Amino acid sequence: MHEPQPAMQFVDLRQQNDVAQLGMWVFLATEVLFFGGLILAYSAYRIGYSSGFAQAAARTEIAIGTANTAVLLTSSFLVAWAVLIARQREGRIAGLLLWGAALLGLVFLALKGIEYSIEYRAHLLPGLSFAASGPQAQATHLFFAFYFIATGLHAVHVAVGIVVLVVIGIRARQGAYSERYHAPITVAGLYWHFVDVVWIFLFALIYLPGRSS
Amino acid sequence: MKRWYPPRVLVFSWAGLLALLALTVFGAYQPLGAFNTALALTIAVCKALIVVSIFMELRERNALTIAFASAGFFWLAIMLWLALADFVTRPNFPPGPPPLT
Repeated sequence: MHEPQPAMQFVDLRQQNDVAQLGMWVFLATEVLFFGGLILAYSAYRIGYSSGFAQAAARTEIAIGTANTAVLLTSSFLVAWAVLIARQREGRIAGLLLWGAALLGLVFLALKGIEYSIEYRAHLLPGLSFAASGPQAQATHLFFAFYFIATGLHAVHVAVGIVVLVVIGIRARQGAYSERYHAPITVAGLYWHFVDVVWIFLFALIYLPGRSS
Repeated sequence: MKRWYPPRVLVFSWAGLLALLALTVFGAYQPLGAFNTALALTIAVCKALIVVSIFMELRERNALTIAFASAGFFWLAIMLWLALADFVTRPNFPPGPPPLT
């Protein structure tokens, strides 16, 4: 197998790895602000409709949400493990771990789909199937609009991540990565962990409010 | 020890994340009033710090990378701070009568 060479603009592979990671962090900073705008809108409406948002949040499926959080945290653990051992030329096992993480990503999306169908049947999907009455109807509408936009955009990120993990898993099993050359798998890992971090905050904002009353 | 074993720090981080998840769900059901939200967000920040520093290896990166990683959260904090300063204090300043023309 031929030794990987740095691209011509880099002194060596170490510099290339550092630059790739820096670039990924720049991209993730834009993603922080992308989801941050949604979280700002959520916060503004939650301040305006505090009791309505709490009541609406209590109608989300916390069992599925909690299971999905555990699924994503576990997939992140597998990816972190895979990235470390791929650098030690354990590419075959690293690839399996990445595919395992991708499978957990599919489990996440499947559970999300079940959750959406429950909400559709409960008439909580603004625009398509929504029915609410009483003083909190408007707050419920706003909350579930945020819910579907935020979790939908997050699910798109998960779907992209699954494709990335499968492809990088194939490359890992081919022995593409080593201590010297690992930028693609490391950067793919950063993306997957970021999607996990976004979910950690969405979970706290969507599923937890309004449970104690 | 075989090379493919997960390092202990990763296993502990994973277990810690699941423990924090259990704690945050348990805490959500306790009648703590306004403190419920503070608790949920504090635990979320702790979980994010574990993921970012250990899974994303930020604790092993140089200062430049840490600065880049912090930049997004720094600007997010400014956006939330300035915008929410308006929404939080708005009830303190109810609209007065329309200005005389």
